[in-house]
Amino acid sequence: MVFSNKATKFILLLTLVFAPIFGFANESDDLPVKSEIQVDAHSTQANHEEHAEPTDIKSKIDAFKQHHVLDAHEFSLFEDEATGAHYGFPLPIILWDNGVQIFSSSKFEHGHEVAESNGNYYKLGHDEKIYKTDASGTLTGDEHHPTNIKPLDFSITKSVLTIMIVAFLMFFVFSSLAKTYAKNGGISSGVGRFFEPIVLYVRDEIAIPNIGEKHYKKYMSFLLTVFFFIWFLNIFGLTPLGINVTGNIAVTAGLAIVTFLITNLTANKNYWGHIFWMPGVPTPMKVILAPIELLGVFIKPFALMIRLYANMFAGHIVLMSLIGLIFIFKNWVGGSLSFMLSFAISVIEILVALLQAYIFTMLAALYFGSAVEEHHHDEAHH
Amino acid sequence: MEIPRIVGAGLVVIGAGIGIGRIGGSAMDAIARQPEATGKIQTAMLIAAALIEGIGFAAIFAT
Repeated sequence: MVFSNKATKFILLLTLVFAPIFGFANESDDLPVKSEIQVDAHSTQANHEEHAEPTDIKSKIDAFKQHHVLDAHEFSLFEDEATGAHYGFPLPIILWDNGVQIFSSSKFEHGHEVAESNGNYYKLGHDEKIYKTDASGTLTGDEHHPTNIKPLDFSITKSVLTIMIVAFLMFFVFSSLAKTYAKNGGISSGVGRFFEPIVLYVRDEIAIPNIGEKHYKKYMSFLLTVFFFIWFLNIFGLTPLGINVTGNIAVTAGLAIVTFLITNLTANKNYWGHIFWMPGVPTPMKVILAPIELLGVFIKPFALMIRLYANMFAGHIVLMSLIGLIFIFKNWVGGSLSFMLSFAISVIEILVALLQAYIFTMLAALYFGSAVEEHHHDEAHH
Repeated sequence: MEIPRIVGAGLVVIGAGIGIGRIGGSAMDAIARQPEATGKIQTAMLIAAALIEGIGFAAIFAT
């Protein structure tokens, strides 16, 4: 039965793999050629110096990648380059600048216009930061690092919106999951059948072995939250919505700071003893070890932050570079190659999305475990 | 000033690559010897690999 439809599967696979050819046969005389003529017309060097809108295809891909990995003040789904139309929706801008200034990001006209609010003028820089300007919107300093005043930005950006959606989704999914237990007499149903083993895995394989039977319960809420939060955000980042939340260092820094605070605020005297006066080593060694261990307290959450950020950031960049190959090669070889590579990397990224959530939770549990560890030198005897 | 920094980061990444490769290879050996301990070995492998990976990333972002 299974082998009888092997041929069908093979044909389906072939069609999938070679599908890009037909796409390119139709498209080759459309947009990419136009942009290539533009490259010939202007010299590329001059464009780089002017920092004008990039016209050659490579710097366009570069600019797109840079915009994707940054947070944005509007939710742009896609844009039509030929007509210049943007598809998406604006998000609210909330600034603290002589009182609260609230206006819609559509006032910026995708960074081309100066927004006005209660007599103050703001302009969106190339780095997606908001600068205070005069009525004509002049930015002082060089193009990429303007010296204008930056008002405090509390805007609901793309990342903030996604975090809110994920938080709401998690609240909805897990509170309804909890209700089904009460209704079904302790047996999960529906979506709970999928999530129950994962919750149990976090408890039995991550929390208990690393923290210990005695103390694990008070950390479970944080470990489960952080696991599903990172996992959901990573998976959201792989959708074509183009969200890059866990690849944003501010978000991972927030998670790492919470981990740091929990580790150090719940630590017992044994933990601090191991840092400042390491038991069981000669006294000169204790003096040398203390600063190293103290540094380690800060390096641990820093490594957590960098690891998650860099993994997701690198994943997004690699995926988009591979997709960008299509527009650089503009033939069926490059198209199929790019399709196959980006498909393979996408599958790996699904794995990485889970793996990074697992590693973050695992290491957080490890740090919590070291914070509440009992004095175990005597336990070796029995 | 720029070139030594980039070369240094490259060296760190090479080192991290060798380290993660060795961890993976040793884990393979260990799993081949004791397939029943696969779960435990994988967990330990992932933690060790993640710790080294952090150093590699730190080197890349320090440049």
